[in-house]
Amino acid sequence: MDAKTGFFYFFSAVLLYSALRVITARNPVHAVLHLILGFSQAAAIWLLLKAEFLGIMLVVVYMGAVMVLFLFVVMMLDIRIDRMREGFWKHFPVAAAVGALVALEMAVVLMGGFGTLDEAKPAAELLNAQGQVLPYSNTQALGRLMYTDYLFPIEVAAVILLVAMIAAIALTLRKRKDAKTPGIAGQIGARAQDRLTLVSMPATKAAAAAAQGEETK
Amino acid sequence: MTLTLGHFLTLGAMLFAISVIGIFLNRKNLIVLLMAIEMMLLSVNMNFVAFSHYLGDMHGQLFVFFILTVAAAEAAIGLAILVLLFRNKSNINAEDLNILKG
Repeated sequence: MDAKTGFFYFFSAVLLYSALRVITARNPVHAVLHLILGFSQAAAIWLLLKAEFLGIMLVVVYMGAVMVLFLFVVMMLDIRIDRMREGFWKHFPVAAAVGALVALEMAVVLMGGFGTLDEAKPAAELLNAQGQVLPYSNTQALGRLMYTDYLFPIEVAAVILLVAMIAAIALTLRKRKDAKTPGIAGQIGARAQDRLTLVSMPATKAAAAAAQGEETK
Repeated sequence: MTLTLGHFLTLGAMLFAISVIGIFLNRKNLIVLLMAIEMMLLSVNMNFVAFSHYLGDMHGQLFVFFILTVAAAEAAIGLAILVLLFRNKSNINAEDLNILKG
């Protein structure tokens, strides 16, 4: 058993343990933290598979952004766990049976079908402009594929992210009813006539005369 | 005993099965349901990367890219809906979501 196999078994064991803790943890914060641990182990396994770019992207994007988003939401919500846990173990026998069946069947079929495939096929070589073979780089190979064959799907993916961003903001945006915000359009559109009106009033001769009359009395 | 493609696929299958069990167990807890879905997507990505490595085909790794994009969008919108739900009903119990009388 070489070192790579040992690392594989170690990472898989930690990954499966953390996955089990995610689904059984009492506290949702613990569940998220175990999910982060599991994702880091998955990134390590992807590094074993020589998918360096995706492994690092899983760490940076997934653990760094998405899982922190989860953590923020879990901490923001005040969840009463006891009600959630009612009947938690009621369906466990069925669930465990279904899960074990899925895993066993797939393991038998996959180990039977692909258990002999132990030699990785080298990826296609990349040539530079002069026709020389470039040293293999996972990131370069991915990038070349991404910006040639898959240019349109990448644009669609970008639009999906934009739509998700707008949807998330639009869903959670809340207008405060008690805030006194100035109406900018009204301020800009104001004219002098709206602010200041000149009222022509008669000079108050009658009142002044009446006051004088009272004094003389 | 060297590592074969079957090892990685079996790991993905076990992770998927654990996520299925998690969905069974946490029927009421929406946030753990979302986490179980994330783990399912991770196991699918594991299969893609393993096939990509053993068959020498980079297209599999590119598909992982798209799956990660969709997963991130799904997580963002799912969590936004969760926050909205908590604001309106002050809990996230899936059994209380009977407004539509379905």
